[in-house]
Amino acid sequence: MRRKPAQEEPLWRDEFSIQSATEKYVARRQFAKFLVLTSLGMFIGNLWILVRSWFLSKPSFAPQRVSGLNEIAVGEVKLFSYPTAEDPCIMIRTGPQQFVAYSQKCTHLSCAVYFAREQSRLECPCHEGYFAVEDGSVLQGPPPRPLPRIRLQRDGNDIVATEVQL
Amino acid sequence: MTRRGGLTAIDGAIALIAILLIIQMWLLTATLESHLAGHPEPILPAAIISAVLFCACGGLFLFIGRIDVEVRSRDDHD
Repeated sequence: MRRKPAQEEPLWRDEFSIQSATEKYVARRQFAKFLVLTSLGMFIGNLWILVRSWFLSKPSFAPQRVSGLNEIAVGEVKLFSYPTAEDPCIMIRTGPQQFVAYSQKCTHLSCAVYFAREQSRLECPCHEGYFAVEDGSVLQGPPPRPLPRIRLQRDGNDIVATEVQL
Repeated sequence: MTRRGGLTAIDGAIALIAILLIIQMWLLTATLESHLAGHPEPILPAAIISAVLFCACGGLFLFIGRIDVEVRSRDDHD
């Protein structure tokens, strides 16, 4: 059967072909349209992240006392929460005057890391991700990033957390 | 272009769109992960690359439309 010229065809014929010969084209075109719309969604998602990162200012948190200077011995740890109660952190006394503190959430899947004194490193028990105690960098395992570091300051006889360094 | 040739070209274009889409999906998840981890450096390049990939997908879609019209008009004339 010969079809009418395209201009004389009703609009719905474009999308709902009743001719089996053109059906394959319509199905493919609609599928391609769906894929391109999904691609647009991905692009909008990236754009949204970009806009958020531009307009979202870096939050600042009030300093918080972690412990007294001689509250823990060399090689011992103190657990605390900073900047909020939902952010567990670990402070390690690495020397008489040296303290380091990190977020306790592993950067892989947020398991709690602990200080392995014999190996002098932070270990995640879930997937054996190891972090250097000196700077929180990844020594081995699946964690993609170093542990966020908590900046510490001495305030008289106190150790105070002042900032989270991502 | 023959009907068979047209279908092959469209299938190829759809396969390319699907590959670009998978790259875009990976890009979005990687960017989101980076953003949530507080590392904003890759966000702008990722958005630009995503825009380029979207344009490529759009271009392929237009190509599919052109092939479609071409084959249909050929069928109309036959």
